[in-house]
Amino acid sequence: MTAVLVIAGYGLREALRRRVFAVVVVLTTAFLVLFWLGTHYLFDHLNNVSPPSGEIDSRTLVGATVLGLAMFATLFLGVVLAIFLTLGVVRGDAERGLLQPLVVRPVGRTTLLGARFLGAVAVCVPYVAFVYAAAVAITDVNGSWTPDRIVLPGVELAAGVSVIAAISLLGSIFLTPTANGIAVFMVFGAGLIAGLLGQIGHALNSHTLERIATFTAWAAPFEALYEDALHGITVNTGGFTRVALSLGPFGGARVAGPFLGLWVAAFLLLCGTIAALAFARSDL
Amino acid sequence: MPALRVRALEKRYGRTEALAGVDVEVGDGELFGLLGPNGAGKSTLVKIACGLVRPTRGDAEICGVPAGSAGARRSLGYLAELFRFPGWASADEVLSLHQRLSGSSGGAVEREELLELVGLAYARNIRVEAMSKGMQQRLGIAQALVGFPPLLLLDEPTSALDPAGRRTVRKLLEELRGRGISVLLNSHLLSEIELVCDRVAILRDGRVVAAGAPDELARPRGVEIETDDGLVHFDGGREDAARAVAELVAAGRKVYRVDVRRSTLEEIYLEAVGE
Repeated sequence: MTAVLVIAGYGLREALRRRVFAVVVVLTTAFLVLFWLGTHYLFDHLNNVSPPSGEIDSRTLVGATVLGLAMFATLFLGVVLAIFLTLGVVRGDAERGLLQPLVVRPVGRTTLLGARFLGAVAVCVPYVAFVYAAAVAITDVNGSWTPDRIVLPGVELAAGVSVIAAISLLGSIFLTPTANGIAVFMVFGAGLIAGLLGQIGHALNSHTLERIATFTAWAAPFEALYEDALHGITVNTGGFTRVALSLGPFGGARVAGPFLGLWVAAFLLLCGTIAALAFARSDL
Repeated sequence: MPALRVRALEKRYGRTEALAGVDVEVGDGELFGLLGPNGAGKSTLVKIACGLVRPTRGDAEICGVPAGSAGARRSLGYLAELFRFPGWASADEVLSLHQRLSGSSGGAVEREELLELVGLAYARNIRVEAMSKGMQQRLGIAQALVGFPPLLLLDEPTSALDPAGRRTVRKLLEELRGRGISVLLNSHLLSEIELVCDRVAILRDGRVVAAGAPDELARPRGVEIETDDGLVHFDGGREDAARAVAELVAAGRKVYRVDVRRSTLEEIYLEAVGE
């Protein structure tokens, strides 16, 4: 356990001192400032809009839409951070000569991998939680609107980023940092496309497209987590407002059901097992 | 029990045979030199010994336990040929990290001693990114010595050092021998190996082509005698020198200097690797 903490702490310190972290901080600040300005003017203009009385809740429509977009931005920034923290953990660090002095210590390769994953998660999860909480707070302050569920969507976003960190860590055993970064971003893009495909399938009433989208979203469950998180913020919203919401970015919102948590845990375990076996057989 | 025992060790990388049945043994407190041209398999042998590379066949043991096991890793210190420490860490932080990973309880006293040993006492709080290559190399040696393990595997430890740095390392190796620490030294610098190592093994194409103490490997290269008539060369060894001098004196020559010549490690090496 001491070794895990030592290596996780090492990974954490390395993450905090990397330039990429400063870039993420700047991007996040820029995003939150722009989000604050955007929501401020949106809700300001909303006071001048008079929707058909009783048919649509314009405040919920605007609030949920902008928060949904903020959740995508949060996921994206979290994914960027997770990938940059893990893309070179094995082959990249081995090529630079950083890994060998650590691996020859009596800590074990599996411990080293697990600790590096924990180190990345220890940075990414608080980061995602902070950006999501800030977006919720900004939406509330500027528009007096809060999501139906507040905590669970944030937890799901953080879990989605952890899934990406696990995929990237696994990829780092087989691929060079550049190749791994590209591959994981492509996996992330594939997940997002699956969400859009599902939306198109729903609009065209194509069950095949919807099934492909669901399969893809669950195969790399960060997308299923994101879809469920989106659904969570308007879970109690119904009527025409719900219909209007589904025309926007919320078309991808989907209920995942009770097995998603179990599948995410199994997916992380699977990634960890494959990574541990592959790393144990790697010549450095 | 030897610090390192390697038996019938083979390693293949695809079609390339890096090691083809190597037997090597490093005794307690012994300084053992590993020599060979590029691609001879020296680094592969060292990497197998410290568990970075898995052998295809054969076995390697560190202090009686299989190489690569936690027990073996607890008994060795390793300096890789190409290594790097995080630039943000100071020398003290690097050593502290490795103390915690190796379970050393030496604390600040050990860190000070290690930095002193490698001539970096003044650089305790200097960050790695601000260090010269030579300083980083010395820090690498200090890192390998954390916990003073019974076996030290050094892969080209002096490659980035200036002559003064090399002398520091030579003195350090002699001190380690005094402490009973075994060292496997992999180096291209033959003069360095000749100066400090008790025994050497020369590898070529993944095979040991010569092994033994440098003196045992050396062959007589004749006797060279400086006379008033110039240099005279006699075949033979030390035991023939007196007779040769007597013959020259009897012939009326004045003898100024007698040099019993033996092959240097460089000559032994070049013969062994066929160059």
